[in-house]
Amino acid sequence: MSPTDTPEPRVAPVLEARNLAKAFGSNKVLRDIDIDIRRGQVVALIGPSGSGKTTVLRSLNGLEIPDGGTVTFGRGDASGELAIDFGAKVGKKEVAALRDRSAMVFQHYNLFPHMTVLKNIIEGPVQVQKRPKAEAIAEAERLLERVGLADKRDAYPFELSGGQQQRVGIVRALALKPQLLLFDEPTSALDPELVGDVLGVIKELAEEGWTMVIVTHELAFAQHVADEVIFMDDGVVVERGPAAEVLRAPRQERTKLFVKRLQHDL
Amino acid sequence: MNWDLIWSSFGPLITGAVTGTIPLTLASFAFGLVLALLVALLRLNPNVVLSGIGRFYVSVIRGTPLLVQLFVIFYGLPSIGVKLDPWPSAIIAFSLNVGGYAAEIIRAAILSVPKGQWEAGHTIGMSRPQTLLRIILPQAARVSVPPLSNTFISLVKDTSLASLILVTELFRNAQQIAAFSQEFMALYLQAALVYWVICLVLSTAQSAVERRLDRYVAH
Repeated sequence: MSPTDTPEPRVAPVLEARNLAKAFGSNKVLRDIDIDIRRGQVVALIGPSGSGKTTVLRSLNGLEIPDGGTVTFGRGDASGELAIDFGAKVGKKEVAALRDRSAMVFQHYNLFPHMTVLKNIIEGPVQVQKRPKAEAIAEAERLLERVGLADKRDAYPFELSGGQQQRVGIVRALALKPQLLLFDEPTSALDPELVGDVLGVIKELAEEGWTMVIVTHELAFAQHVADEVIFMDDGVVVERGPAAEVLRAPRQERTKLFVKRLQHDL
Repeated sequence: MNWDLIWSSFGPLITGAVTGTIPLTLASFAFGLVLALLVALLRLNPNVVLSGIGRFYVSVIRGTPLLVQLFVIFYGLPSIGVKLDPWPSAIIAFSLNVGGYAAEIIRAAILSVPKGQWEAGHTIGMSRPQTLLRIILPQAARVSVPPLSNTFISLVKDTSLASLILVTELFRNAQQIAAFSQEFMALYLQAALVYWVICLVLSTAQSAVERRLDRYVAH
């Protein structure tokens, strides 16, 4: 399937967000945001800072509670549908259910500094998901091996470079076996020479078929990895479409300007 | 100078420390810390009534002398029908006092943990209480050990006030021997020495705890 094809109707979206709205005081950071994400799809959210892209991402994980709109995971899946209406009262249970579906990789890694790498990774599976510890450890070791950090199992986060910390951050998210991986500018805090390692891991995950939403400034990477690019500005989606189209031949004036400013990147 | 008497007085003073000062300090600090954590959480609660209660508590405890608090509990409460023995009175007064001071330390320590740590806890599915217990408090503990050690060491010395409500502890034993032997200078200096030794041991313990909690921090 080429990225320009419309999704086959029988491939239900993993996630449907409709009319997400959020204001901080009088500052409307999100206005009527709609997003669909299909299984295995990689969506890149781009836009100038303050455009609301991070707020969208955080809303999907319940770290930010929108003032209005809906988020539906697994629509039509009898056993697994989760529909949340932010217009109604959203309780702890709904937020917990929402967080259960996705996992976030943070710009500043946010590893737990008082735990070793291994403990960082198994904390969620063992303490929250109540999986057997031995199984969680085996899984963590397998994932660490994959990102080339098997030997850092017992290190503390401060002993790792930024790139290594971020790869642990990714493994911590993967260990939760979420339906959706969320990346909030995963390489923005890294030294340039460490960016490649982290992007390499994300690219591999995309090839493996993980469903991901990535907020990023790395346009070249977005074009390379993302199926769809969504350009946001001032709390609205200005333009969306296949990565190559939005980044190489944007239709909207605002997208053109933004892409041109970051063009050296492409 | 009655050197024999002075030398043999160390026995009752150390006994007073072991059976009075030290257990009184440990019990009051333990209860006080639990109370302090609860008060700190009240203070941090977004609900203005709850945070107001916490703020009021801290204000009263810090704004009144410990000796007055002790007297209110031991000598004051009986007049409204609550009679407490010296020991429970002392433990209650010291716990309430530690609760007020340590609450501010714990509150500041919790606030010093970056917001991203709460978010990381939430994103792996933890509830707020779970995140607080497993992610935030262990990090806050590291920050709060030096100021809490101050509180602890102050408490060791403050327990001497319990002698005024008839608790048999180090200083009360010193007073009694001094009164009957008239060796005031010697006995009070001896008492000071025993307090000092206890505090020296505590300072060493503090360094050990700090080293242990610092093992996950870059040096």
